[in-house]
Amino acid sequence: MDLISESGSAILTSFGLTLRLAFFSGIFSLLLGVVLATFRVSPVPVLRWVGAAVVYTLRNTPLTLVMFFTLFGLSYQLGVSFDKELLYRNNFWLAVLALSVYTSTFVCEVLRSGINTVPLGQAEAARAIGLTFTQNLRLIVLPQALRSVINPLASVLIAMTKNTTVAVTIGVTTATFVNEASGQMKALMERNSDQILLIFIIFAAGFMILTLPIGFIAGWASKRFAVIR
Amino acid sequence: MKFKKIAAAVGALALAGSLAACGGGDDTGSDAGGDKIKIGIKFDQPGLGFKEADGSYSGFDVDMATYIAEGLGYEEDQIEFVEAVSANRETFLKDGTVDMILATYSITDERKAEVDFAGPYYVAGQDILVAADNTDITGPKTLDGKKLCSVTGSTPAENIKENYSKGVQLQEFDTYSKCITAIEGGQLDAMTTDDIILAGYAQQDPGKFKIVGAPFSEENYGVGLPKGSEDRDKINDLIEQSFEDGAWEKAFNDNLGESGYELPEPPTVDRY
Repeated sequence: MDLISESGSAILTSFGLTLRLAFFSGIFSLLLGVVLATFRVSPVPVLRWVGAAVVYTLRNTPLTLVMFFTLFGLSYQLGVSFDKELLYRNNFWLAVLALSVYTSTFVCEVLRSGINTVPLGQAEAARAIGLTFTQNLRLIVLPQALRSVINPLASVLIAMTKNTTVAVTIGVTTATFVNEASGQMKALMERNSDQILLIFIIFAAGFMILTLPIGFIAGWASKRFAVIR
Repeated sequence: MKFKKIAAAVGALALAGSLAACGGGDDTGSDAGGDKIKIGIKFDQPGLGFKEADGSYSGFDVDMATYIAEGLGYEEDQIEFVEAVSANRETFLKDGTVDMILATYSITDERKAEVDFAGPYYVAGQDILVAADNTDITGPKTLDGKKLCSVTGSTPAENIKENYSKGVQLQEFDTYSKCITAIEGGQLDAMTTDDIILAGYAQQDPGKFKIVGAPFSEENYGVGLPKGSEDRDKINDLIEQSFEDGAWEKAFNDNLGESGYELPEPPTVDRY
């Protein structure tokens, strides 16, 4: 158990970083996903096309590529930078950006399928009482759509949490240069090549601790908030 | 059909592996002429151990490995190169996946407890690579406020931060090639690891990069062998022979000659 006593705190720090990546990416991907879904069901053709273009491009591009692009394309070539001075901050937010836009396309499609479960009469009734498109979406359609897709949304978020490991492509670290979980795992394996199995188990368990609650909460919430028809 | 063939091949390999393991040390020497020798090298280190796009192998380690294998009585077509990444080198030697390893393999006391080493055949040292026109980085202590690149999980970058320049910013990538791209583009200032590995990257684009040339650690690259190998003395002889007959120098110049990095003196073989 030398591994735990020597590297335990580094492992915790790295999972802390993974959790921060997942937290911010989760929030931004949900927000962006709602915006994209709104675009895709809006009455304005241009918005529908933009929404579809974004979804089809990003959803069909490997995340590693998106992640790589944020640093080497966006930051290095185009000069977009979240922090000109501190590399680790820039890398962190670039990773959040990549994860958010990538995941938002999946959130969008889940929401859109949720919107399709709302009976047509609901939207028609809303229009009949004079609600505008945004009011209709915000007050009538989205609340019902969201409540019917809690479980699939949780799957998207769980996948996203595990996808934070792709951040190793651009070397996301904390201020003290501790890697996020997958980089930390690689580093530990390099130094403790005789304990590879144990390291695997520790990191697999770490991710389960992060993702299992998402599933449990979603299971509870989907029952609690189910739309009764 | 295809699956059966693959299965048969896998079975044959496993059998060969187990036979070799049973034979232990006493069939060395006698297997020259018939069997193949499996040598673990890096596949991704230009100038040292590199698998080319056409499937051939090149590099200093590859040439040294070929020289040693030929000295042990193997023909060139009896040499089989196997990829040995840093994390599985000891395992490969222990379970017989490879017969020897030349893969920028530093001789350390911890590793000596698990495997045997012949050599060293090269003494590397941690150094810094910068763009050719960079003048303000002259050593590990001049990196404060600079952006230093290394690969994930490597100790060299941490060594600089802890012992030399506390104000250095680290960027870690999964491969050195990405570091090179970023230094070429001017987004990062320097990259650090063993000098000979840096030389391999400098060699790819002669004139674009330079190596600062102030090594501040010592890594003895050895030939990794299974514990108790009987070939060790012979390989040590071969390494010394390569220093004298010019094969060592040729291997360096063929692979790293244009890197701008000077060939150091050959090391003294350590027959522990």
